[in-house]
Amino acid sequence: MDFSLTKQEELFLQMIREFAEKEVKPLAAAVDEDERFPLETVKKMSKIGLLGIPVPKACGGQGGTNQIYSMAVEELSRVCGTTGVIMSAHTSLCMAPILENGTEEQKQKYLPNLASGNWIGAFGLTEPNAGTDAGMQQTTAVDAGDKWLLNGSKIFITNAGYAHVYIVMAMTDKSLGTKGISAFIIEKGMPGFSIGKKEKKMGIRGSSTCELIFENCEVPKENLLGKEGKGFAIAMKTLDGGRIGIAAQALGIAQGAIDETVKYTKERKQFGKPVASFQNTQFQMADLETKVQAARLLVRSAAYKKDHNLPYSADAAMAKLFAAETAMEVTIKAVQFHGGYGYTREYAVERMMRDAKITEIYEGTSEVQRMVIAGKLFR
Amino acid sequence: MNIVVCIKQVPDTTEIKINPETGTLIRDGVPSIMNPDDKGGLEMALMLKDTCNAHVTVITMGPPQAESILREAFAMGVDRAILLTDRRFAGADTLATSHALAGALRTLDFDLIITGRQAIDGDTAQVGPQMAEHLQLPQISYVAGLTCNDSNLLTVKKETEEGYQILEVELPCLLTVLATANKARYMSVQGIMESFDKEMEIWDADKIEVDKEKLGLKGSPTRVKKSFTKAQKGAGEVFEVDAEEAVGIIISKLKEKFIIK
Repeated sequence: MDFSLTKQEELFLQMIREFAEKEVKPLAAAVDEDERFPLETVKKMSKIGLLGIPVPKACGGQGGTNQIYSMAVEELSRVCGTTGVIMSAHTSLCMAPILENGTEEQKQKYLPNLASGNWIGAFGLTEPNAGTDAGMQQTTAVDAGDKWLLNGSKIFITNAGYAHVYIVMAMTDKSLGTKGISAFIIEKGMPGFSIGKKEKKMGIRGSSTCELIFENCEVPKENLLGKEGKGFAIAMKTLDGGRIGIAAQALGIAQGAIDETVKYTKERKQFGKPVASFQNTQFQMADLETKVQAARLLVRSAAYKKDHNLPYSADAAMAKLFAAETAMEVTIKAVQFHGGYGYTREYAVERMMRDAKITEIYEGTSEVQRMVIAGKLFR
Repeated sequence: MNIVVCIKQVPDTTEIKINPETGTLIRDGVPSIMNPDDKGGLEMALMLKDTCNAHVTVITMGPPQAESILREAFAMGVDRAILLTDRRFAGADTLATSHALAGALRTLDFDLIITGRQAIDGDTAQVGPQMAEHLQLPQISYVAGLTCNDSNLLTVKKETEEGYQILEVELPCLLTVLATANKARYMSVQGIMESFDKEMEIWDADKIEVDKEKLGLKGSPTRVKKSFTKAQKGAGEVFEVDAEEAVGIIISKLKEKFIIK
């Protein structure tokens, strides 16, 4: 078992840390405050290939690994949770299902534009009455001869409005339950497809989260992704992969909060001594650092298994569960270590605490992760 | 156009701390980076590659671990990388270093040589100009920008203490470039993935055209007599006044210190 980084991974970390520090961190507070999608950052990310990391070169990607991709999400999220999730949803939820289930024509039509960052990607599964119980889809797709007609709506869709391509689940046969769900590739501008209201959120406020509305939306026949009736399986497998991205996001937020707290407690003096010199600070921070490192190893292990085509569903669930709960714990304590200042927007830990919460909720709540893990355990 | 960029691996001096007791640098755990002025020079070469289809070679002299900046250069987009490494190069001062690099350049086909202005670990700014002398090339130092007019002529913006000079220079020539000349590109993901598959050439002293007596410690006339930590200066006083009033303040301050009567 080798825990050391490869030479490519070391070089990549050098680059992504510099990129995060110089290009992403300076905007993080304003992007949050103004609820502004950081389009200029996305453009810079495209330029160096960050939006197509685990896509093969033959499909216009960078030919990188899921390990390097998860490191990218971690390092971006370390300074800005918003930027981390934009990348994660685009990569894991839009490009991955096309790569894994698409026909050759679909791959050649969509992946080069997505991997180069010309287009941003998104994914639509959740509906008002189909959250954790994702099988309760109300959106329908009817075979209208030469096209599909979609009707219904999706909510809480990350990158909505800015994305060009959406992977959307819809019922093609309600009588079959989850086996009647199919996946479609929807493009911005298709007749009958529109973007609904934008959510005002607690955290990751720069990411765009909106409703998708389908009113007799006309979708070409060739935009069915995978076989009819396989949509639920595609969605579940996509979310397995997505969890590595969100776990990496949570890990990055946690690491960012540790970084900020170490810096602050070394500078901040109370009772004539730096706060970092108190044993309470040291012991609590040692525990948090240990948890962050444990989360990192879970993320690395899940990404390793995905890269080596080993089963990774439970590993990804464990990584997300543990990293998300660690991010919440670390950020709450980071605010506490900052005292009154930590409760203000002068310090980044306040934003990090708000950003951390969503990692326990989206792409499967922590409860869903426990269901996945227990499902494997009691199989 | 064939461009050769000379780069150096240096300790990241922004991360260096000084041992308060001995006054020496604590180098342990300090990361090594590509020298910032060299990176500015490399970016300038890569911009010429993008616009004029130039072929870019990077060369560095250093220990085997200097490989990492050559891999970084590959990931930024250079075509060829050469590591000059040999015990016979060890202990070189700026003169011996410039002889070694010039020796390597004599074996290469080049139109333009680019170096950084100076390295952050030595701050001498001597190696580039010395190389130009050895190779009998025109040189422009402190370069802040350039445009390529035709295949044989460059218009170069040179920074001076007063402002800028715009100069024209014929190829072949040598330029020493400032880090502030541009914003160096990031390594691309694909560049990183492929950089370790590319062949990095390793050259020893026998591979270059130079008098071996001029290399390493024996080719280095510089001797360090003493090193010491510079005394910290105070913050100084700032007066935000108009020029006329400022003259009066300066004169009274100089009189106060008995510098003028």
